[in-house]
Amino acid sequence: MMRYLMPLAIFIVLAVFLLVGLTLNPRQVPSPLIDKPAPKFQLNQLHESDKIMSSEDNLGKVWMLNVWASWCVACRDEHPLLVQLANSGIIPIYGLNYKDERNTALQWLKRYGDPYAISIVDTDGKVGINYGVYGVPETYVIDKQGIIRHKQIGPVTVDSLEKTILPLIKELQNQA
Amino acid sequence: MMRQFSDVVKVTIFIFVLFSVFPLSTWAKEAIPVAEDPDIEKRMLALTVDLRCLVCQNESIADSRAEFSNDIRREIREQIKDNKTDKEIVQFLVDRYGDFVLYNPPMKPTTILLWFGPAILFAIGLGSLIVYLKRRRLQIEDVSLSQEQLKEAEALLNEDKKGKNV
Repeated sequence: MMRYLMPLAIFIVLAVFLLVGLTLNPRQVPSPLIDKPAPKFQLNQLHESDKIMSSEDNLGKVWMLNVWASWCVACRDEHPLLVQLANSGIIPIYGLNYKDERNTALQWLKRYGDPYAISIVDTDGKVGINYGVYGVPETYVIDKQGIIRHKQIGPVTVDSLEKTILPLIKELQNQA
Repeated sequence: MMRQFSDVVKVTIFIFVLFSVFPLSTWAKEAIPVAEDPDIEKRMLALTVDLRCLVCQNESIADSRAEFSNDIRREIREQIKDNKTDKEIVQFLVDRYGDFVLYNPPMKPTTILLWFGPAILFAIGLGSLIVYLKRRRLQIEDVSLSQEQLKEAEALLNEDKKGKNV
């Protein structure tokens, strides 16, 4: 009896491991930046290129930093959702225009809508490296103390918004 | 003879002038871009061989032509130029991208299984092999024969011998 049960047991254990493995996404690399202060930056704005925005301007409020680019196809998928979120006034969204060209970026916003309180320009991707960006779009939720609380790799979806991001925003906004 | 000699002189002068003019074009070069400094390039390559490209996860940053790897290579070159040590540069990347960026993960509680898993599996395999072999030896242990059985066997053997002799 044992002689037949052992291989069966081993097979089941292996099958379960492989099955769990199938549901994991290798692109979701846990960010070491969660619960760490958001890297500081001072970047030119997209619309008014002579103005500078600093990451410290946003201390005291909960905000979202959305990394986007006009060449990024997946950004188009999440964009309507971001526009909707911005219109609801729940949270200000700031756009980090990542390795893009000013003119194409501005055209892109005109065509698909502009959900961003301010868009800032990271032409050479240096701030992107500081934020650990490797796949656009990426979205960060940053709290009142300027600490990164959540990082969404890939497009924001209705599911991720309702299950994770919105409850988190509410919780963070209620904190002192 | 004299004519020939003057031709040789002319050619020599021509070549001389040619070679003294040509280098001018290379003098006009700007400061060498960081990417072309062989020492920096060597150190950068040695570092990036053990770093994972996060976009194309089965390639090292040294091998990958992805935009991401280009950026990281440029960042590393700049940091080498700023006299950062290899350790500082790797730490810079780990701070931003996590241990996942390393092909050689550090030993810590979450990676213990990764480091010792194969050894543990090997020990389990070796252990069960030893147990199996021992059990098998017990199973084929000599069974003592009774006197009658011995005689019977001897008779059978003798019969065989006789058969051969015929």
